[in-house]
Amino acid sequence: MQLGNVASLAYFIPELVLSATVVILIVLDLVTDNRAAAGIAALAASVAVFVLILAGGAGNERMFNGMIVFDSFSFYFRLLITLATMVAVWMSIGSDEVKRCDQGEYYAVLLAAALGMFLMAEADNLLMAYLSLELVSLTSYILTGFLKHNRRSQEAALKYLIYGGVASGTMIYGMSWIFGIAGSLSFGMINGALTQSGTGASLGVFIALVLILAGMGYKVASVPFHMWAPDVYTGAPIPITTYLAVGSKAAGFALLTRFFYPAISRLAANGNWQALAGVDWPQLLLVMCMITMTLGNLAALQQTNMKRLLAYSSIAQAGYALMGFVVLSNDGIRAMMFYLIAYYLMDAGAFLVVMIVANATGSEDIDAYRGLAWRGGMVPAVALAIFLFSLTGIPLTVGFIGKFYLFAAVIRGQFYILALVGILNSVVSLYYYLRPIRTMFLDQPAGDEAAVTGEAWNYGLMGVLAAATIVFGLYWAPLIAFADRSLKFFTGPA
Amino acid sequence: MDHLLTIITFVPIVGMVLILLCPKDQHNLIRWIAAAAAFAQILIAIYLYANFDTTTTAIQFAEKYPWVPSYHINYFLGVDGISISMVLLTALICFISVFASFGIEKGVKGYFALLLLLDTGMMGVFAALDFFLFYIFWEVMLLPMYFLIGIWGGPRREYAAIKFFLYTLLGSVLILLAMLGLYYYNPTPTFDMTRLAANAGSYSLNFQRIAWIALFIGFAIKIPAFPFHTWLPDAHVEAPTAISVILAGVLLKMGTYGILRVNFGILPAASHELAWIALGVIGTINIVYGALCAMAQTDYKKLIAYSSVSHMGYVMLGIAGFTAAGINGAVLQMFNHGTITAMLFLLVGVIYDRAHHREINGFGGLASHMPIYAGMTGLAFFAAMGLPGMSAFISEVLVLLGAWQRHPLMTVFGASAAILTAGYMLWTYQRVYLGPINDKYVGFPDLSARELFTLVPLAVIVLILGVYPHALLSLLNTSLVHLNQVVMSAPGAAVALAH
Repeated sequence: MQLGNVASLAYFIPELVLSATVVILIVLDLVTDNRAAAGIAALAASVAVFVLILAGGAGNERMFNGMIVFDSFSFYFRLLITLATMVAVWMSIGSDEVKRCDQGEYYAVLLAAALGMFLMAEADNLLMAYLSLELVSLTSYILTGFLKHNRRSQEAALKYLIYGGVASGTMIYGMSWIFGIAGSLSFGMINGALTQSGTGASLGVFIALVLILAGMGYKVASVPFHMWAPDVYTGAPIPITTYLAVGSKAAGFALLTRFFYPAISRLAANGNWQALAGVDWPQLLLVMCMITMTLGNLAALQQTNMKRLLAYSSIAQAGYALMGFVVLSNDGIRAMMFYLIAYYLMDAGAFLVVMIVANATGSEDIDAYRGLAWRGGMVPAVALAIFLFSLTGIPLTVGFIGKFYLFAAVIRGQFYILALVGILNSVVSLYYYLRPIRTMFLDQPAGDEAAVTGEAWNYGLMGVLAAATIVFGLYWAPLIAFADRSLKFFTGPA
Repeated sequence: MDHLLTIITFVPIVGMVLILLCPKDQHNLIRWIAAAAAFAQILIAIYLYANFDTTTTAIQFAEKYPWVPSYHINYFLGVDGISISMVLLTALICFISVFASFGIEKGVKGYFALLLLLDTGMMGVFAALDFFLFYIFWEVMLLPMYFLIGIWGGPRREYAAIKFFLYTLLGSVLILLAMLGLYYYNPTPTFDMTRLAANAGSYSLNFQRIAWIALFIGFAIKIPAFPFHTWLPDAHVEAPTAISVILAGVLLKMGTYGILRVNFGILPAASHELAWIALGVIGTINIVYGALCAMAQTDYKKLIAYSSVSHMGYVMLGIAGFTAAGINGAVLQMFNHGTITAMLFLLVGVIYDRAHHREINGFGGLASHMPIYAGMTGLAFFAAMGLPGMSAFISEVLVLLGAWQRHPLMTVFGASAAILTAGYMLWTYQRVYLGPINDKYVGFPDLSARELFTLVPLAVIVLILGVYPHALLSLLNTSLVHLNQVVMSAPGAAVALAH
């Protein structure tokens, strides 16, 4: 059903709460100096939003005169984004880095980013897609450069801004092509226009898609739009790096999926998706996907800084998730959705351990992990090992299950070369994921390292993430069933 | 007595949890918990042995519960003639290894916890009949192995551990792809190995070939078959004694077990076509090349490692023969090699513990001061050479008899390599145990009670199976003959027989 502005508000409560919290946090910052209160308030707000989303359930509505939709797919991603927000806020409260600087509007900006990500997952109109993506980008620039006295942080923010500006400019240019060809910005109308007009403008559509891909590919950090990621991930405060890696990326995948599937493809009778005739974007993305994971993995081999290593790893991980995206089947999309949850658990966990070690030692280099297990850090060491093995895709972890579904979709779609490239990449990735593990367990501490003792706050979250990584690695049936239920896009009159 | 296989598989996990709950410095308590878990496995193994029905090819002691129904993944354990001997071997070798590890003083808690996890992984591989479950166990084993070599190993342990991990992961991801292919190309998607085998005829020959090769590479790395064997000498040399025992005693068998269970059972037509080159030729190369490499070694442990490469070649050659004798001999050889090579590694460990080096040329005349040790080594060496009266004689003769009917030329090479084996074994014996004693080693104590306790059961089994192989063969025969018939009667057999 298409709802007007007022009728839509009933389905928009979580977003409204988020917006209200942003305003409250800004005001709060003016009236009080108590920084910790802002963090707790943000955490409470994100928990409330999570509950509200759950309570609101999923429907099949088009809201605000066709700007955004309220469907199962956005339900899934809004939950995931809220979880990512919670982790980011939780980590920010426990991060020395964030504590040391003037927090100010930090949490307000962070929640504003969450709002942008929500809208990315819900957008059903190119204009909305662009605005939401820009909202996420702008807030991310601020958050990245938040460590005012840290030159790396400043440099990262500037780089991010420049890349982001180019990417979104390119994207909006592509959108104007689509508007010219289809005569509408609404996803439903675009679909109607393009699937009926046949191959007449196929080259034009293809060019437009490539241009749009620049913006969306930039959000998920896929090659060749990944260049910003290593510097930004390294420079940003660790909670923000985590947020960009698990939240922003998930929102990017949501938007990418909604645009490339329901907007410009057609669901055939056999349950597979059909791309527009003569517009071979799947082939293009297939190549992008293979290059993304290969390049991410090869570049990660050389890294000596944990954040940078995880940055390249997250590029490679985006490549794995793209495997599910390019096979043009619901199996693939579902696998991708499942993988994003798995990726959220393990990558957020890995960054959290990096933060714990950075809090204790002030360093993010792999050298700081030497003999970690033998100098009081057995718990974070084991946790990091779990997360890294999960990122590699070793069984008993949710990462393996995620990869299993991805490869299952790839094999079922008979993309054998993709399967082989993906599998070889997993083997290569083991080498660099083992590096920190080797340093932590196999090397003996030299004796001059700072002892690693974390606070219960950070250890608690780490325990939850590690436990979830293992538990969902053993029993994931509810999770895949949830992803399956959520793979339902808005259907309605264009 | 339900759930026996679940118990035998997960008893070590219970032990592991108990150990993790123990205080760090309670070394003896930790050791005895591990020993108790391993002993429980032995008891169950004996019960399984006694109650195994040798007349049927059916799956016995089966347990099946749905795990992820939407994907047809089951928790399915069971044994038949192909796997029962391996379950027994695993229980035996793990029990021995726990006692062989009593000397470990560094990080006792972590060591035994990982050892027990490894135990569960290995047992699970042989007990699982759901391919997904099999794969989980197969990969889970890698983690403890990596840490056991990497933390408790020798000087180049990090290199050896990561090499082992990367090699085997490469193999297992190929298995994963083949597994997914088998799942989707089956008319009724399933991971159940028995049903996959029952539907073997439904796969196109081309698909069978691709899947067979992917699976073969995966399993061959574990065997390890030439040219994938290079991780083995490194891993063995660096691993602590008990881990070498497990590596050679059980882990290598997983490769050949996988080939029998998956390649032969599920892809019989491709097996028929490809086995002569993949198993026959490569197996022969393994036999000869492994023996030649062993001869060139001056490191005692590396020599034993290469002898494993050589002896696993007999298993491959036996499987390639497609005869009842060959395939029976091959599985018997898997068991026998497991026991004999475990003895050999334990014996190397004995002298390494005392001398802290393994340079063969650095020893000499040990027999005069360590007579029991020298005697026990002599027994193990003769067993490894395949002397009549010892277990390996029976299995190697069966393998060669079986292979001769199909691949006479390879058999000639394989049989001749026995001379090389005798050569390096006797030469080593002479250099280490005979001749004048080096003064440095005069004061060495002979075998301790604990060392004897680990060696004697293996020696007894070697001797019993040498004179009464039927004790084990009767378990295998029915299932293996059936498996052989499945492969022999697969379509396309006529073409393959031309080789």
